[in-house]
Amino acid sequence: MTRLSIIVVEQDRERALRIVDGLMASGSHDVVVIAEPAGLARRIADLKPDIVLIDVANPSRDVLEELALASGPLDRPVAMFVDRSDVALTRAAIEAGVSAYVVDGLQVDRIKPILDAAIARFHMFQKMRAELAATKAALEDRKIIDRAKAILMKARGIDEEAAYALLRKTAMDQNRRMADIAQQLVMAAGLLT
Amino acid sequence: MTLSTLRLGYLPLIDAAPLIVAHELGFAAEEGLGLDLVRLQSWAQCRDMLGLGQVDAAHMLVPMPVAQALGLGPAFPRFDLAMVLAVGGQAIAISAHLADAMRARGHGFDFDDPVAARDALAAVAGGVLRVGVPFPFSTQAELVRRWLANTPLAKNVTIHTVPPPQMADALALGEVDAFCVGEPWASYAVERGVGTLLLAGRSIWAAPPEKGLVLTQDFTQAHPEETGRLMRAIWRAGRWLDQPDNRSTAAEIMSRTAYLNLPPELSERGLLGRLHISAAGEVRHFPDFIRFHQGAANFPWRSLAALFARRIAQLHGLDPTEAIATATACFRTDLYRQHLRSAGADLPGASARMEGAMAHPTAVASEKGQMILGPDAFFDGDIFDPAFALR
Repeated sequence: MTRLSIIVVEQDRERALRIVDGLMASGSHDVVVIAEPAGLARRIADLKPDIVLIDVANPSRDVLEELALASGPLDRPVAMFVDRSDVALTRAAIEAGVSAYVVDGLQVDRIKPILDAAIARFHMFQKMRAELAATKAALEDRKIIDRAKAILMKARGIDEEAAYALLRKTAMDQNRRMADIAQQLVMAAGLLT
Repeated sequence: MTLSTLRLGYLPLIDAAPLIVAHELGFAAEEGLGLDLVRLQSWAQCRDMLGLGQVDAAHMLVPMPVAQALGLGPAFPRFDLAMVLAVGGQAIAISAHLADAMRARGHGFDFDDPVAARDALAAVAGGVLRVGVPFPFSTQAELVRRWLANTPLAKNVTIHTVPPPQMADALALGEVDAFCVGEPWASYAVERGVGTLLLAGRSIWAAPPEKGLVLTQDFTQAHPEETGRLMRAIWRAGRWLDQPDNRSTAAEIMSRTAYLNLPPELSERGLLGRLHISAAGEVRHFPDFIRFHQGAANFPWRSLAALFARRIAQLHGLDPTEAIATATACFRTDLYRQHLRSAGADLPGASARMEGAMAHPTAVASEKGQMILGPDAFFDGDIFDPAFALR
């Protein structure tokens, strides 16, 4: 079986390396990473890959859409991979955050292991990204609540526990998040001083 | 009324304003609707998310559902365009190098004379002219093709897809010589000092439909109630947006981190029709640079579907008659009539019209008798008659 040539379009170097590792583990392929959006269409046209893998949310995807349409007599027709018999695979890919553009006529049994490997790696990144965002948000929340507590303690001469309880009660009464109430308090206090 | 929440996909452009305003100013809440606005990065992503049901509705280039209906995209359930969100809002920019050469030959950069601009450009272009557009199926591609058609320049023009936020870079790096894009991305290139604005999209075609509200037919059938609420909320947001006093407020809202994430001063230019054509701050006023409501801007004329279908069929070797029939069925004038009558929208007597026939605002037959359309003329006087095109 001939080796497949795969292009991974990814700006984050570490992420690209991990994706390449995952692909290599799924079989022997020639994998090239393109990091820069500049000149993307030309470079892909030069390399004539069998498969291009790219983050679903990468703005450069629209450039690939154009390549997929521009099938002149000498071009190899390319299409976004949507397997009509296996919608679940497409869905899994999009949900994991990867889209694949494949050369027309490439057998699905050759694409599937590559896409599976890509899905696994992209999925891992989605999860890491979501966790990082959640951690950051939680940290911000805690910081603002701490500041609001300090303001309440000073203004009303109450202890930390009472300040916390007051914030929590206000949030519950107004059916709002504690961090939102804290944010408003900090802003109002800033205006008053 | 039960409160339901819809997920809406959009790209960061000023023409996403009706969705954002519907959410921010409570037009959606008035209809008992929550909106979860999801900012997307590419038109392909927008199409895929709608196709796979990850968003319920999307802000989409008007020709996209046409291309999808003609089989030029992934095999997704049928897309329908329920209403037009914005008309106009595009600008053509050229590289600093070309602008200098044109100035040296005395071009005045009026921003609204396509013939003078084209002739001046042809005189300095020399060789191939590479023009960036945001997507193969875009109003921008149509504008560029019309503008340059039947001229010596046309033979030397190549059209390339460049994502809007990357337009300025592509011009700076010399990957394209010019581009046509929706605001604020042309002004962004001006601000970065890499581009000069040459023309407004509306100077080429007085009423170029830019974005539409697109849903899957499955969704409109399964959730007629939500579809109607969404359409009414967006229609009222468009009406609010077309009151001139509200445009600065809209620019403020649109500029927030969650939406365009750009300085209000930049989003404001297109919304107010007060564009800086160069980094030196030369200003051109273009009244009604973008419309969200006036002149029945939201009506999904089937003749528009036919116009784009004919173009796409020509470019991709499809049968034009079949393409027009397939595409016009996706422009849901029936949903528009059904859902917007109760909001107070005036409804035209016909669902298709001759495109390009009105050089001036023109009163047409409508339910309330208050409908004034146009102008919608093409700069070259072309008229697209869908009845003739279908024959």
